[in-house]
Amino acid sequence: MSLSDEQVRHVARLARIALTDEEVAGLASQLSDILAYAEQVGEVAAGDVVPTSHPYPLANVARADAPGPSLGQDEALANAPAVEDGRFRVPRIVGEEA
Amino acid sequence: MPDDLTRADAATLLAAMEAGETTAVAVAEAHLARIRATDGALGAFLRTLDDTALAHAADVDRRRAAGETVGALAGVPVALKDILCTRGVATTCGSRMLEDYHPPYDATVVERLAAADAVVLGKTNMDEFAMGSSTENSAFGVTRNPFDLDRVPGGSSGGSAAAVGGRHAPLGIGTDTGGSIRQPAAFCGIVGVKPTYGLVSRFGLVAFGSSLDQVGPMARSVADAAALYEAIAGHDPRDATSIPEDPPPARPALDRGVEGLRIGVVSSFLDGEGVEPGVRARCAEAVERLAALGADVVEVALPHADKALPAYYLIAPSEASSNLSRFDGVRYGLRVDGPTTEEMMAATRAEGFGPEVKRRIMIGTYALSAGYFDAYYLQAQKVRTLVQEDFAAAYASCDALVSPATPSTAFGIGEKVDDPLAMYLNDVFAVPSNLAGTPAMSLPVGGDEAGLPVGLQVMAPHLGEPVMFQVAAALEASLGLDLAPDALDDAAEERA
Repeated sequence: MSLSDEQVRHVARLARIALTDEEVAGLASQLSDILAYAEQVGEVAAGDVVPTSHPYPLANVARADAPGPSLGQDEALANAPAVEDGRFRVPRIVGEEA
Repeated sequence: MPDDLTRADAATLLAAMEAGETTAVAVAEAHLARIRATDGALGAFLRTLDDTALAHAADVDRRRAAGETVGALAGVPVALKDILCTRGVATTCGSRMLEDYHPPYDATVVERLAAADAVVLGKTNMDEFAMGSSTENSAFGVTRNPFDLDRVPGGSSGGSAAAVGGRHAPLGIGTDTGGSIRQPAAFCGIVGVKPTYGLVSRFGLVAFGSSLDQVGPMARSVADAAALYEAIAGHDPRDATSIPEDPPPARPALDRGVEGLRIGVVSSFLDGEGVEPGVRARCAEAVERLAALGADVVEVALPHADKALPAYYLIAPSEASSNLSRFDGVRYGLRVDGPTTEEMMAATRAEGFGPEVKRRIMIGTYALSAGYFDAYYLQAQKVRTLVQEDFAAAYASCDALVSPATPSTAFGIGEKVDDPLAMYLNDVFAVPSNLAGTPAMSLPVGGDEAGLPVGLQVMAPHLGEPVMFQVAAALEASLGLDLAPDALDDAAEERA
């Protein structure tokens, strides 16, 4: 597998990571090497094998449906970079063209 | 009892405190003084918590003197990896992203340490978000190996490993997603244990690969590691993957010896390509010793183990790409402003994450993206099932398995930073146990020709902690090693 710069930019967009041109070039080569290594999983004939969903079998874990104390609003907001009226504040979400 | 309290292991310190020969405050002060003297050279701690540690120690002393109840590790110092949330105390994960993050709650492991009256001395350095095998990926500087300050301590729990190996604390807490307790333990000449997945709560552990992550003990003796394991293991309703049954106790197994046990040697690991001669020699000698002690030693094969690391490098980054999406500049952590929320997020993540974290998020995002899921993630999870079946077949005829913990001893700082794949290969013998969720540990079995520690890995089936500790304790007692490194003290003296 060899990743193009364009593919790296696409994945970076999906992952919400802004990359410099230099980073894109470096990642294209590094990710290609790592994926080429990881692609060895394809050498195993595993057509009928059930994929692992959990490394230790537990089923139907649910807590009792009972109210209890939880984090207060002030504590929940204490680490936020920007807060307004008891809520998280973020920049404009919808683009101007929308 | 040694004059220098930092030379004592946890069991010795506990006995001395119970006998009134020393106090928790004296023990904490001795370790904090050593940290002040030599942690500038070692770099194990990101921050120490002198005031709270000394206050807790004084409270332990008061209760002990008054005959009140104290915990099982009352007054024993512990070094805590900076990936476990501590209420009101910075928890950075070695990342700029969380440089100023002060969690509003304690991790369950932190609560359990407090209940055991272990005294948390400080938070230790680590590869950013636990991604790395050398602790060179920390945003806050490198940690050095106490045996040779020009070498890495391993990672990602390199800070805790160096702290315990360098006598800055008798006990340490690490986390192991793909070898991150066992590899640094091997490099720093200490004992490191990854328990069965689900035995130790992950509540308050900043998530990397949720189906793989496990918290575990690090110590300078098998008995100390067993005591710390018992203190932190146990069901937690706040972790849906926590095992409801009581954890199997480890300490009753320590004196049982290995006579009559069948121990499988994973021959493809021991004789594998890339295993250094010094590592192979010490591990082979350890296997011979187990046979001499009465174990029935047989060779076993794990036919799919060579595909475990490739599978791991799809599964762990996939889970990481999902888990680390929470760091978006909205609820906590760094924010770099941008005109829209999406640009703010992309700028925040560009500045907040280091190169290795970006690489792993990118691999995971790619592996989970449209058109690639079946070939990568799904196929990797099928290989994971085959690795588990390999183990099940081996444990049908063996009580425990052994192999080298790592292919090499500690490598030089800077040696592998530009070659991610070479770095990943450090964990080639460790990751199968993470994929299977089974317990595994590393214990020191001697030094290579340069005197660097070699670790042997002991593995057991799900909930097989008793037999795993049993094998390790028998080997430790028979070897009688004294691995105390002096490189650190020599360096500190040169500075003085």
